[in-house]
Parts: sequence; C-alpha cells; structure tokens
Amino acid sequence: MTEKKKLKVATTSLAGCFGCHMSFLDIDERLFTLLEHIEFDRSPLTDIKTCSPDCDIGIIEGGLCNAENVHVLREFRKNCKILIAMGACAINGGLPAQRNHLPLTTILEEVYHTSPGLANGMIPNDPELPLPLNQVHPIHEVVKIDYFMPGCPPSGRRNLEGADRSVGRQGARTRAWPDAL
Amino acid sequence: MSYTFTLDGKVIPFADGQTIIQAASAAGVFIPHLCYHPEFKPHGSCKLCTVRVNGRHTASCTMRASAGMVVESETEEINAERRALTQMLFVEGNHFCPSCEQSGNCQLQATAYHLGMMSPHYDHFFPNRPVDASHPEVLLEFNRCILCSLCVRASRDVDGKNVFALSGRGIKTHLIVNAKSGAAGRYGLRAG
Amino acid sequence: MGFNEMHAEAVAGVVDRVINRYKRDPTCMLQILREVQESCDWIPPEAIDRMQAMLGVPRTKIEGVAGFYSFIYTEPRGKYRVLFSDNITDRMQGNRAMMERLCNNLWVERGKVSEDGLVSVGKTACTGLCDQGPGMMVNNYAIGGMSEQRIDEIAELIRNKVPLAEWPPAYFKIEDNIRRADILLNADFKPGEALLAARARAPSDGLNASNMRSWREGLPSGIGGPGATLDEIKRSGLRGRGGAGFTTGLKWEACRNAQLKAGHQRIVVCNADEGEPGTFKDRVLLSKCPDLVFEGMTVAAYAIGATRGFVYLRGEYRYLLDHLNAVLAHRRRENLLGKDICGLPGADFDIEIHVGAGAYVCGEESALIESLEGKRGTPRNRPPFPVTNGYLDQPTIVNNVETFAAAAMIALNGGEWYAGIGTKHSSGTKILSVSGDCARPGIYEYPFGISIRQVLEDCGATDTQAVQVSGPSGVCVDASEFDRIIGFEDIPTAGAFTIFNKTRDMFEVARNYVHFFQHESCGFCTPCRVGTSLLKNLMDKLHYGSGSPYDFAEIEKLNQLLQSMSHCGLGHTACNPVLDTIAKFRPYYEKRMMQQDFTPAFDLDRELSAARQMTGRDDAGAHLVTEHGGQA
Repeated sequence: MTEKKKLKVATTSLAGCFGCHMSFLDIDERLFTLLEHIEFDRSPLTDIKTCSPDCDIGIIEGGLCNAENVHVLREFRKNCKILIAMGACAINGGLPAQRNHLPLTTILEEVYHTSPGLANGMIPNDPELPLPLNQVHPIHEVVKIDYFMPGCPPSGRRNLEGADRSVGRQGARTRAWPDAL
Repeated sequence: MSYTFTLDGKVIPFADGQTIIQAASAAGVFIPHLCYHPEFKPHGSCKLCTVRVNGRHTASCTMRASAGMVVESETEEINAERRALTQMLFVEGNHFCPSCEQSGNCQLQATAYHLGMMSPHYDHFFPNRPVDASHPEVLLEFNRCILCSLCVRASRDVDGKNVFALSGRGIKTHLIVNAKSGAAGRYGLRAG
Repeated sequence: MGFNEMHAEAVAGVVDRVINRYKRDPTCMLQILREVQESCDWIPPEAIDRMQAMLGVPRTKIEGVAGFYSFIYTEPRGKYRVLFSDNITDRMQGNRAMMERLCNNLWVERGKVSEDGLVSVGKTACTGLCDQGPGMMVNNYAIGGMSEQRIDEIAELIRNKVPLAEWPPAYFKIEDNIRRADILLNADFKPGEALLAARARAPSDGLNASNMRSWREGLPSGIGGPGATLDEIKRSGLRGRGGAGFTTGLKWEACRNAQLKAGHQRIVVCNADEGEPGTFKDRVLLSKCPDLVFEGMTVAAYAIGATRGFVYLRGEYRYLLDHLNAVLAHRRRENLLGKDICGLPGADFDIEIHVGAGAYVCGEESALIESLEGKRGTPRNRPPFPVTNGYLDQPTIVNNVETFAAAAMIALNGGEWYAGIGTKHSSGTKILSVSGDCARPGIYEYPFGISIRQVLEDCGATDTQAVQVSGPSGVCVDASEFDRIIGFEDIPTAGAFTIFNKTRDMFEVARNYVHFFQHESCGFCTPCRVGTSLLKNLMDKLHYGSGSPYDFAEIEKLNQLLQSMSHCGLGHTACNPVLDTIAKFRPYYEKRMMQQDFTPAFDLDRELSAARQMTGRDDAGAHLVTEHGGQA
C-alpha cells in the first residue's frame, strides 16, 4: 500500500480564547489516528510561526480585533486552499464583539486614563503592538470563508466529524461543516 | 363537513377558519415560525413560516386553509430562504448565543439550529441598543429584540395594558415602552 | 428660551384646540399630530401627555404612530425645517451643491439642528417637483426651482426669522407645466354634469342585474342610475391608474356587492399619496381640475352606494390643502356633496381630506387605510381585501386620483366613448409625468399606445440613454426598446417617465432608487426591513470600489428573497432598478466591479483611525492596506 499524501493543516487563534483549540484536543487518543492522515503546519500546537504556501486547510478561531489579526487572517487565506471559521468568535465576533457598541476612544480612555491601574495614564503606543480596530469583525467580513463550524466551542465530537469529512472518511452523521456560503 | 389540504404530500384536515399553520400543528406537523404564537392574533411579519401554496409564497400563519390546497413547506428552496431570513435577524440585532442567558431556551436559536444555519453570512450591523435596566424585576434586552411583536400583542390584546409598541420605521423600527421617560422602571411595569 | 420651547399650558391649549376640532376621534391621530406640529414645530412630550388624556389612548400608540412618519418629529427640528428633495432628478439638477450652500450659509450641519434651535436642513424622498426642481420643503410647504440665488435669499430670511407666511409668494408658486392635454386635462367640464348624467342613465340591456341590489338596500329607489353607471365603468374597460391596473368596474362591483354590517357604510378613498419618485401628475390634476376628481369620487359613491369619502393627500402636497378644502366647500354649497346630492333623496356623500406625513408605503392601499385610521402605515395581511373589509372594517374602494377623473368623464360621456380611446387592452388616456434630461419637462396626456420614442420626441429629449417608466418600482427601458408602447399590454405605468441622457451614470440612478426603498421600507417584515438595508450596503460597496463578483451574486440572491418573502409590493420591487440596470447597462457595474476577489465592505485602514488618533502613531504598522480576501 502506497502512502497517501497527508493533508497539511494550519490553525490559529485570533481574538479568541483558545477554547476551540482545547476542544480540538478533546478528541483525545483519536488524534493519533488523525495524525496518520494530516500533518500540522503553522499552529499553536507546533509553534511554527508562518504558513507554508501549500496548506490544504486553515482553521481560524477568533474574530478580528486588531491589525495583527487581519495580517494573520490574510496570510491564512493566501496559503490555505480551504479556510474554516471555527467557533462563535470567528463566526460572529463573539464575546470580544460586545465592545462594538462602545466607541474605541471611550474604551481606551476608560481603561488607560480614567480608571485606576498600572498603565500610568498612558495609552500604549509601542510600534511593536498591533492597534485595535474600531470594531471587532467576524472573519467572513474580511476574507472569503469556505466552511463554518459553529459552537462555543464546537465539541470534540464535532471536530472529529469535521476532520473525518476533510480526510474523506465516511461516518459523519450530523450536519458538520455544511457549506453555508 | 371536514376538509383537507396537502402539506408536503401529507393530508391535513382543517376546520373552517383555521390557518395553514394552525391546521398543520393540530396534525402534528411543524412549520418554522417566530412571530406566530397560538395564543395571539397572527401577525405575519417574520415570514419564517412562509410556505408555497399552489406555487405562490405566502405566510402560513395568516393564510386560511382551504380545501384542496397544495402546500409545500419542507423543501430545500424554502428552507434556504428561511435560513436567509434567520441570518438577517441575527445580523440585524446583537445575538451572542454563548454569553446569552436565554441560550438553550430561545426560539431564535432553536430555529437557527433547525434550519442548519452555520454562519450569519451577511455583515453584522452591530447596532447600538442600550438595555433598559430601570425596572427592579424586568430587564429589557433590546439587543435580542427581533421585532416579532409578541410582547406588544400579549400586553395589548391579552392584558389590555399596552405596555409595549413598535415605533420608528424600516431598519429603525424599535420597541418602546409606555413611559414618558422611555424607561420601563418609571412606568411601573407591574406584574399581574 | 429656545425656539422650540413652549410652556406646557400653551402646548396643551394647542392640543385641545386640534383634538376638539377632530371631535376627540383617535382615528384622526395622524391629522392631530400633524396639526399640533404645525403650531408647536414638533411633538413635545407634553403634547403626547395631553393627547393621551384627551383621546384616551396609550402613549405607546401615539409614539408608535408619530415615530413612523418622516414628517412628524418627536425631537426638536428647528423653527425652520428645510428638507431637500433627493430624487435622482433633483440630484441631476444639483440639489447636493445647493444643500451644502444652504448649510454653509446657515452654519448648520446636514441632518442636524442648528445650535440655536433655529433651523435644520435635511433631505427627503422625491417631493414631486421633478419638472421644476430641485425641490425643497420648508415646514412642509413646497418650493420649486431652487437656484443659488434663491438659496442665499432663503438663508437670509431664515437668519432674520421672517415668518414663512411673509416669504415671497413667488417661491411657493408651483407650475402645472401641462404640455399635452387630452380628454382629462382638456375636459370642458362643469361641476355636477357627470353626476346629472349618471343619475339620468337608465340601465341598459343585459348589464343591469347588479342594479337590483341598490333597491334592496334602500338606496335611492326607482332609479337605474347607480347600476347603469357601474355598467358604463365596466364597459369603458377603465383600469386603475395607480400602477397595479386592476379593473375599476370589478373593484367597484365587489365593494357594492359586499355585505354591510349594521352601522357600517361604504367608503370611497382617493389615493393622492403620489410617492413614486418621478411622478407628479396627481399634483397637477388636483391643482388644475379638482372638481373633476371630486366628481369622480361622487360618481363612484353613487354607483356603489357609499356615503363617506376621503382624499389621502401626500404630505408633500400640503400646500394644495386649503384650495382643495375650498373646492369641497363650494361643492357642498352647490349641493354636489352633502345630503340629497343633486336633489336625489338618499344620495348622501361627503369628502374629507387627510394629509400624509412622509411615508411612501402609504401609497399601498391597505397601508393607506391603516394611516387613515390614524395608525402606523403598515400594509395589511390580505385577504380580506379593502372592498369587503377596508376603512374601519367597512367595504372600501381605493382608487388613484386619475382613475376618479377618468370615471367622471365616463359617467358623462359613456363607457363606449372611453373604450374607443387608446388601445384594445388599454382604454383611455394616460397622464405622464415627464422629467429628467429633456427640453420640456412637465405633464403629457396621451391616449394609451403612445410609443416611448414619440414621448421623447415631444418633450425634446436628445441623446437619450434610458427611460425609467413608472418610477423605481417600474421598468428601466434602454434605447433598443424605445418603440415599445405605454399600455397594460406592454409597459404599464403609474405615470413617471424619467429620462436619462448618455452622460448619466445608470449605476448611480439605481443606487439612488435603492436608497429610496431602504428609507421607505415600513420595517414590518424581516426580508424587506433587513434586505433593503443589505441591498443598500451592497450598492454602496460597489460605489466605493470594493465590489466583486461575489457581491453581484449576493444582489441576485437578495432579489430572489425579497421577491418571494416580502409582505408587500415595496419589497417585491425593491431590487427592480438594480436588476434592470444590471441587465441593460452592465458596463456601469463592471466599471465598479474593481475587484476580482472578495473585498471587505469597509475600509480596514479607517478601522484603525480611532486607535491611531489615541496613540498618536502613524508608522507602517499603524496602517492596513486594502487586500483581497480570496477568489469570490
């Protein structure tokens, strides 16, 4: 039996809590079987910092709350054939987007100037730091997303079904990863 | 004399004056809906319960059943349209299910599940809708309001109180309470 | 004390006076709000307090109604409230620059109230002055023919707080601009003639069966007039002139045959809510021949046995109200309205005028009836239809101004005479409101069957690229179709005929119309409320150069959804201008489809503006260039 080429999968967490990644690990020992079919590229699991140009699947957790999030998302879109939005924050902005009804200026004012804290009344302006966007955006508003996997987080079982689907195995019983676009 | 119509091929009996959705639920057939509630006068605004009657789209909560009607409901096309309407409702308001106390007991969320809605699809409006926490017992969470008017009808038609109404027009339509200040607490929104 | 502040007692005095004049009738809510505002400049909370007490209706209901109509203000909008008409024709005539000029002159920001509370400047949907634009309204009074000079004069008048009544009368002179008149506009008609003819009419063979009903119901007995008049209307083949083209005779007959519940009466409503952008023929009919219109309504009342009539006059035509009321008063004196009209015992009918307040959707007949009842103008669920369950649940006919004018002429001259005019499928004449790129904009009355080309020639249009017939909810016709004809068998129309020459950008035309629909959606049903906003956003996205094939596909999908799921015609037709112009003027869209790949609708670099401002950063990392996000 000739060895099938493994799918290259990249993952990242933007404005998210890493809960979706944790949930992915909830597939437990089945991860070993999965690793016979996929290999991880850029991902918090591998600590690889940039995507290879030939990734098959990119999985994005979290929405866009700052400039760096936008850069990472664009890198994924450029390098991954299929992009999947995983979890509520990637899909609708989630918890971070609840700041959207407040003007960013008011928020920065409140956090760094008005309320007592450690920042010494200065809004951080180090060029190393990414600037926050006026509003938090779901990722489909900025790049084209191929599949959506809702949940907060999507369960381990959902993750596995999704993985099963992408490696072409039968047995996905529920409506995992349907094409909503 | 009893009459029947067909709903997705199934024969549904109905009584005089019954709407399609009433006859369907009596026969145990579910048609998705949000602004319809069996206790209140039908309204026909959310359009989720739209079906095809003899080839024409119509809201099943306001359309009276008539003998021999051919009604389609669970078709791929209609459900895709219902899904799009649900997505519209999600982007129009601020619906953050994971942090919402109604999650798990919410007809909007359940409808989204039922229709297999996987994403909001459209760009979010993220409207600014301050909550009204002026009342000691009732919190008005306008962010979740889908303008179904159920509260308006319940208060007006059943309680005879007119606590709520819709004001504004178009995308600026919004719920108001019966108080000069606009806040529920000052009105003395009373239970019972 | 600011310009908009009045003592609570003074406000209550105004409210009392108005409400008493309307006999404390809550169904006159919109009229009460409108008149209170004419005195108070807005609807202060104290006025709502007083209305609540006097009318015995909950505050929610009053605020719900007030909030629905664009011209009713629950927040102060200034002593002088200036609204620029923003139809595409006004745009073509330079309304934007004039609005800027006025704002600069008065130191006021568009859409806001000046700091001293003196004036607000905003825009509104087409005010029906397309043949003499740009148009504007000051405190709901129409002013046409705006020019830079006039703008400067108006700024001066406002700054000097000159009362509107003392402004130069020339400002408020609205021209009829009748360029071609036919049987209606040329009618040699004396008030009462059509009624006398209707009364004298005897039932003809075969068609008089319906006449029996009037006998049974105790309407004037022993006469054949009502049934015979209805027969003439049917014989004429007259179809509704408001756009939908329903056969008038059938509508009248259905209303006449509707069972009357105890205490109910039949109602005749004249729809003068001429809101379709580019339409202004009803304005001219009402200004030039109001008697003909009122007589047509009275003929209708006679034919169907109605005793009460309404004219629903759009708020933009408020300036016509006093004259129309004077005509009605005169008709009452002449016994052409009131009791025993023309000496016919039992022939009782009177007409009152309700004025709208800036809501296009009220042109839809069931929304109009809701508005007449003093409610939010939300279209009703149908069936039942107004002919059986209309105004306050009574059998009601709603017809367009022009339909009633035609009905009067049919009563006078007979159905056969009328059927002989026009084409086989479209009898009679049609009044067109011609505007846009032509030498002689104005009113043109033609027998049905006239070609687009002939109209263009008559009005002196050259180099024409497109004609929008019947307004945004009608059709956009390109040069290859100019031999098509106006008529129910080809291009039906409510009257708008807006001409665009080859210098006009048809994408911007469609975008203007989409903005209009978004503004006018009543908000009742999900697809139209949200869908028209989504459509507007997509058109704006294209306008700003971020459109891709993805957005094109989205427009198509939205159109499908609005067509199938919307509650009324507004939603059904909201995508028409876009679909028509995509089909016929695609290059204008392709020019805008600057992106091959999916591109965000918003400017990401601008999304960092607040943070840049707060941190004072301007390095490369503080910016985001536009990039595409994957093949659409």
